[in-house]
Amino acid sequence: MKTTQPSPWPARLDLAQSISGLFLALFMWVHMFFVSSIILGKDAFWIVARTFEGYFILGYAIPALVSMLVALVSSIIIIHAILALRKFPASAAQYGAFWSHMRSMRHDDTTLWLVQVITGFAMFFLASVHLYIMLSRPDLIDPYGSADRVWTGNMWPLYLTLLFVVEVHGVVGLYRLALKWGWFTYGSPKQARERLKSVKWGLTALFVILGLLALGAYIKIGMEHAREAGKLYTPSWLQEKP
Amino acid sequence: MNRTLTFNIFRHRPGDPNSKPHMARYKVEESYGMTLYMALNVIAEEQAPDLAFDFVCRAGICGSCSMIINGRPGLACRTLTKHLPDQITLMPLPTFELIADLSVNTGKWMRAMSERLETWVHTQSDPEVNRMESTMEPELAEQIYELDRCVECGCCVAACGTARMREDFVGAVGINKIARFRLDPRDQRSDADFYTVIGDDDGIFGCMTLLGCQDVCPKELPLQTQLAFIRRKMATGGGR
Ligand code: HEM
Ligand code: SF4
Ligand code: SF4
Ligand code: FES
Repeated sequence: MKTTQPSPWPARLDLAQSISGLFLALFMWVHMFFVSSIILGKDAFWIVARTFEGYFILGYAIPALVSMLVALVSSIIIIHAILALRKFPASAAQYGAFWSHMRSMRHDDTTLWLVQVITGFAMFFLASVHLYIMLSRPDLIDPYGSADRVWTGNMWPLYLTLLFVVEVHGVVGLYRLALKWGWFTYGSPKQARERLKSVKWGLTALFVILGLLALGAYIKIGMEHAREAGKLYTPSWLQEKP
Repeated sequence: MNRTLTFNIFRHRPGDPNSKPHMARYKVEESYGMTLYMALNVIAEEQAPDLAFDFVCRAGICGSCSMIINGRPGLACRTLTKHLPDQITLMPLPTFELIADLSVNTGKWMRAMSERLETWVHTQSDPEVNRMESTMEPELAEQIYELDRCVECGCCVAACGTARMREDFVGAVGINKIARFRLDPRDQRSDADFYTVIGDDDGIFGCMTLLGCQDVCPKELPLQTQLAFIRRKMATGGGR
């Protein structure tokens, strides 16, 4: 038997990868529910946005609170991405080996891993842009502020791409997480996998559709508000009656 | 009625300086209940007497005849040609040392893995040969036996994207062996001891849960379950 004390780090890093991924995936769902409050109307989203700025507790809004939350999530993304780098193929030879293996195996779960790597890689860039804006201008998170950014600010192509990338990556990640640690895997391994796979597709579809509806709502508001872009929204009960 | 099967078979003898890797084509009349083992023998008898491929048991017990069959690893003696299309491509298992044509040295790889993971029962004291062996619950013996059915064919290694990228990865076969010895009450190793041999990125934490192993294992071992189990044990109890 080996006598040297083994490093505890591989175990810790593996756990950290899973915990950060789990946190992010669940956070993205909660995030989606908040964002899609716009589907219910401008007032609903206004309330959500102000809530995070402490408006209903303090009586006035502190957008910096949102910046702090964004900073927290960004740090977790950075940690998660650094940990994920360990798993990226490290050389052309490794890419080549994986690619030819994947082509010849024609095996879902093997192919999904490459999807995970590609979507993860895309997020390095796509998520950074979004996070920086949220970090620097949290005060513009507002029914009109956000819709103007989406439409007049030309952010919609980025958000559209990010929607697919995040939802696919997050749900595939959760699916793998369940199999990796053996959660929800009662029944035979095969049944468990098939069940998890259908749940995975269902969740992906649910969040992509919700995301598309929300993005559509922002685009519509953004178009209608284009001429007054830059002005923020006043909730209906504070608007002066004409 | 009978199909004519076209075989594309990888041919190369690394030991022969004149040999260049290439694919050779052979045609074989399909017969009733034909396995790839039978087809390869027909080819060797009638067309290519120097074709190298491994067989011992012809019944899925020895694990020698593993090869890549139309892109996926499997046992030739357990693969019926009727489940395959007319075009059949056979390649040697990757990640293992090529001996010649379809014959690879899985034994060398398995031995290195066994030595690295110390896949034998570790006891503190010498066994007392004069005493009765201690008993084992039949259920436990059954569980151990279930994992011990591995024939070391190497299919799970060839099916593993991680093993293909990182040659030091122990593969599902190695992790399954740890699971087997961990169950065995005669093996006195603790989780901390097992961690010393598989608690790293060449061991359990290297596995990316691609589950190619689970899907190709010809003995249908519960690899998916064992990988998750060992991962939980090593992540929580092994390290510190
Ligand atoms: C720059 C950003 C990101 C990169 C580069 C990235 C990359 C990766 C990669 C390569 C994996 C596979 C790791 C493995 O096979 O062990 C992974 C796993 C995962 N990712 Fe991401 N990811 C990013 C952001 C995110 C975000 C925003 C979410 C939330 C939706 C997320 C959720 C997950 C989950 C749940 C897993 C599974 C964790 C595990 O296998 O332990 N990731 N990520
Ligand atoms: S675990 Fe299955 S596929 Fe892997 S070597 Fe053993 S029998 Fe073969
Ligand atoms: S689950 Fe792990 S051991 Fe099995 S094929 Fe995937 S990476 Fe390899
Ligand atoms: S010849 Fe023994 S397993 Fe195929």
